[in-house]
Amino acid sequence: MSGPSTYNPKSGIEKWLDQRLPLPRFMHDTMLTFPTPRNLNFWYTFGGILTFCLGVQIITGIVLAMHYVANAGLAFDSVEKIMRDVNYGWLIRYVHANGASMFFLAVYIHMFRGIYYGSYKAPREIIWILGVLIYLLMTATAFFGYVLPWGQMSFWGATVITNLFSAIPVIGPGIATWLWGDFAVGDATLNRFFSLHYLLPFIIAGVVGLHIWALHVPGNNNPLGIDVKSPQDTVPFHPYYTVKDAFFLVLFIIVFAGFVFFEPEFFGSPDNNIPANPLVTPPDIVPEWYLLPFYAMLRSVPDKLLGVLVMGAAIVSLAVLPWTDTSRVRSNRFRPTMKWFFWFFVVACVTLGYCGSQPVDATIAGIPAVWIARLASLYYFAFIYPIMFFVGLFETPKPLPASIAQSVLGDKPAAAE
Amino acid sequence: MAGTTSDAATRRDFIYVASGAMGAVAAGAVAWPLIQQMNPSAAALALATTETDIGAIQPGQQVIIKHRGQPLFVRRRTPEEIKSAQAVDVAALPDGLARNAGKDAALPASDANRTIKAEWLVVSGVCTHLGCTPTVSTPSAPEGEYGGWLCHCHGSAYDTSGRIRKGPAPENLHVPVYSFMSDTRIKVG
Repeated sequence: MSGPSTYNPKSGIEKWLDQRLPLPRFMHDTMLTFPTPRNLNFWYTFGGILTFCLGVQIITGIVLAMHYVANAGLAFDSVEKIMRDVNYGWLIRYVHANGASMFFLAVYIHMFRGIYYGSYKAPREIIWILGVLIYLLMTATAFFGYVLPWGQMSFWGATVITNLFSAIPVIGPGIATWLWGDFAVGDATLNRFFSLHYLLPFIIAGVVGLHIWALHVPGNNNPLGIDVKSPQDTVPFHPYYTVKDAFFLVLFIIVFAGFVFFEPEFFGSPDNNIPANPLVTPPDIVPEWYLLPFYAMLRSVPDKLLGVLVMGAAIVSLAVLPWTDTSRVRSNRFRPTMKWFFWFFVVACVTLGYCGSQPVDATIAGIPAVWIARLASLYYFAFIYPIMFFVGLFETPKPLPASIAQSVLGDKPAAAE
Repeated sequence: MAGTTSDAATRRDFIYVASGAMGAVAAGAVAWPLIQQMNPSAAALALATTETDIGAIQPGQQVIIKHRGQPLFVRRRTPEEIKSAQAVDVAALPDGLARNAGKDAALPASDANRTIKAEWLVVSGVCTHLGCTPTVSTPSAPEGEYGGWLCHCHGSAYDTSGRIRKGPAPENLHVPVYSFMSDTRIKVG
């Protein structure tokens, strides 16, 4: 889709710059005239929203780092100082803390949208894999960030997650000690986590650049999942999608602001207002909501190493979706069978999240939560491997429209086909 | 492969391989300090031993002391607790090894192999699953089914010898190297 450039430098300085560093040409072709399918719906606005989230986290994060002290003896108090004494510190910290949750909310919608419309399928596999990589980097960044306030949940979350590495045979305990810089999570750990928490967002920004670059080679997928065939199928990115993205971004910001100003502790854990104590574990350790599905998988396996492997495989397996899916049709709009499996996959992920939030020995409607989590985990992997594979082979998809333009502009009976 | 050209090519190949190998060694030499700086510093290693007074601990009581930044359980066991720890069939345990750093690594997990004096159980307070601190069980406030400890993070239950009995933890609570300096004082490490 990155066809010949339509940039036409007018002034002398634009021509001079275009021959030396064609940055205006690049901006013009990728952000203004970029041909975009004309039928993108609401679910396609989350790419822009995610870019906004990354920007918010970096700006508020840099400001917080001006007041935060990465020292086990001082960290907790420095966060309290930000909340009480620093001018607007409460606002900046609440935006940063809730921003992480908003970031994950948007990324999950973005990922489910990609699965529903088959956006990972050829020729967009690299976009998808880069996306999985961004998601992995996000979880690492969020984990490091959650440790920094040095409350009880920070400390014990860090202890549990770093101990996952000790499950690796032979070298595991050595890796854990290496990560800690001590024989337990402590001051050395906090310092290095702060350093990495500051670094990773910039690496994410770099991979996002690659993600968008890869997107601009084949161009956007669309809700019909069919290729763009003629210029009538597209509209220029500006003003059509800049305005659409901006509108939904404003709605997103309203939700975001609602949490920041009215329920700033909604996603937080009360235990994190207690300073870290290495000798007392809180009664119930629960990770942040966006990691709960994977946490439920970890707990549903009774073996330590296997549990860690299953949890890691759950994330890595997403990257192979382009190859386990055998369907010739991208969009679930035309996949009557797969559509059901897809929605059941969403339900399984939410169920896993709920199970992960419950105490170890909880029961849901009389059934032990651990067994529900086991079933949901099993479905999670079944969806990615056998279901994607066999449904793609045996399903008869509905007939596809001839083109995006015909589907959007043609008379209604033809469009409904 | 005779003649002057192939001789020259061989010399060049050698230079390529040799400079590549030296480059790899240099890269490794640069990487090593960058990796090694993450390991415990001299200051962390210096805190290798901890001494503590255990004279005030009553039977049935446990205290938690801090050793190398980690909790360590010192539990003065009641006669019933000792009896139940000794009555366990070692062959039926999930982890059959003593896990006592002060003794041979191959010893079975009998209570005698995990203690110096039967009355005193000194074990690491780090759950061998994912590192939480298990909660102690007392007759008035039981935790788990085995009278020792229950880890609330993921549900591992330990008996009165600190051995794993149920749940995801793979190993018994580790016994550190320690010694009795007197009847009321121990040195750990």
